Amino acid sequence: MEHKRLTLFAGHYGSGKTNIAVNYALYLARMGKKVTIADLDIVNPYFRTKDSERELNEAGIRLISPQYANSNVDLPALPAESYSLVQDKSGYGVMDIGGDDRGAYALGRYAGAIKAENNYRMAFVVNCHRPLTSTVEDTVEIMKEIEAAAGISFTCIVNNSNLGPETTRDTIIESLDFVDRLSKTTGLEVWMHTAEESVARELDGLQVFPMKLQKKIFDLPDTNVTAGLK
Amino acid sequence: MAERILMKGNEAIAEAAIRAGCRHYFGYPITPQTEIAAYMAKKMPKIGGVFLQAESEIASINMVYGAAAAGMRVMTSSSSPGISLKAEGLSYIAGSDVPALVVNVQRGGPGLGGIQPSQSDYFQATKGGGHGDYRMIVLAPASVQEMASLTIKGFDLADKYRMTSMILADGTIGQMMEPITFEDAEITTYEKPWALTGTECKRKHNVVNSLYLKPDELERKNFERYEKYAEIEKNEAMWEDYMMDDAEICVVAFGIASRVAKNAVAMARAEGIKVGLIRPITLWPFPNAAFEAADKAKAFISVELSMGQMIEDVKLATKCQKPVYLCNRTGGMIPSPDEILASIRNAMKGE
Repeated sequence: MEHKRLTLFAGHYGSGKTNIAVNYALYLARMGKKVTIADLDIVNPYFRTKDSERELNEAGIRLISPQYANSNVDLPALPAESYSLVQDKSGYGVMDIGGDDRGAYALGRYAGAIKAENNYRMAFVVNCHRPLTSTVEDTVEIMKEIEAAAGISFTCIVNNSNLGPETTRDTIIESLDFVDRLSKTTGLEVWMHTAEESVARELDGLQVFPMKLQKKIFDLPDTNVTAGLK
Repeated sequence: MAERILMKGNEAIAEAAIRAGCRHYFGYPITPQTEIAAYMAKKMPKIGGVFLQAESEIASINMVYGAAAAGMRVMTSSSSPGISLKAEGLSYIAGSDVPALVVNVQRGGPGLGGIQPSQSDYFQATKGGGHGDYRMIVLAPASVQEMASLTIKGFDLADKYRMTSMILADGTIGQMMEPITFEDAEITTYEKPWALTGTECKRKHNVVNSLYLKPDELERKNFERYEKYAEIEKNEAMWEDYMMDDAEICVVAFGIASRVAKNAVAMARAEGIKVGLIRPITLWPFPNAAFEAADKAKAFISVELSMGQMIEDVKLATKCQKPVYLCNRTGGMIPSPDEILASIRNAMKGE
């Protein structure tokens, strides 16, 4: 896999950008690269890059996130140090962009410098099991809205089609036709397919990027466990 | 089988509303429920519906009042501080006997509070909020699937009883994503002979109003409304029992708190503690029958994201005959399974 100095993950909200950005940053760090991840999500107040702060710190990854992320202040402000990611060309940068066009406006601030350096990948993250990106037509519409807001065009597609905890090998196999059509319609290459690591192991012969996903306290107990207790 | 799709709780409400025949949405953005409005803004113009971002919460609830009076299936959504602003309209809607669906994706309070999840609008939803003698049907979803199914149910109950159904969710369920299915729900359409649809000079005109200046008339109206409420209390209570068959300790929790509580119940069961969970799905009417059935329980624990509001209804439902403990976090915090487990162990010891 070839790595550009800057990797930007954008897409429809809820498409999985944050999970992929965090996992990709960890992957780069494991290869010994100096990595900075920037949370440019000014839209979503819940489930953010900062939720993985400890893991990122342990991997030696620098995290830039809005000062008020995960706090109770609903202020869409970006930290000034975000610009260092673009300016300091000595390391790799991963940018987690907010959902839809409204989230992508934040990227416009950096678009000129990113394009001038011309060592970036602008990835469109898509999950075809999300209601507003379940047809190629609707997906292309959202893509164009994001590009217009961000001031940068997408260079590739990341297929993050999943059904949360119900994701199986078939969930991903079934998405391949959709992603293929999206790729043909837009002329963009499919950079990678993603899957939670246990599912990824079952997908031989496909370029799958395996991801670790966080367990949350409100995830329901495993039904097998509770059935045994009854 | 219908297709599984991955949705946010807020999106599930919006999509379910559209499937239930709602074509009129009036709202004003506030975290953490803005996706409902965003979804409606994208979808309504494509299906001949109305999405309108009003100038305020007060304006939006009065638009709901107007559209409901005209016989439409109509909704609004907001989060805690926004619901306080809508309180006047909720009272007028109750006093005029028109159906509406109102969604509250709760955040921490009081005041401007915070944007993290909370259940501290329980009193506001179940005991009033607005002024006067009135009730709302209050539905508490605990999953993204239920965000959808209770929205459809809420519209049905609203039309059936000519009153407001409130979906009382919280920020986490609004924001989290789960796979769900939209079964082809059977949507009942109700005749609305009282609605303001234009007389075409063929019938006497209808009046929708909450003003009754003669006290005896207003009293009669209130009596009638409470007869309807009594019928709802008898027929519409919903709850889920979880491991209640032999439970000596009964955890009571709704919405997001019930999910964490289920983990704690499973952990306590693994330790051999006979514990179960009652999850109220309707908060009004409160499922009193569930507590009558829990006759083996020696103690109850109310798990809430508030300073303890539902606990009062648990005490009433158990007629204050058994100890009722509180396990709570507030301000946007969620109790951990370990905190609830500790509370279960203490209850076993009678603490």
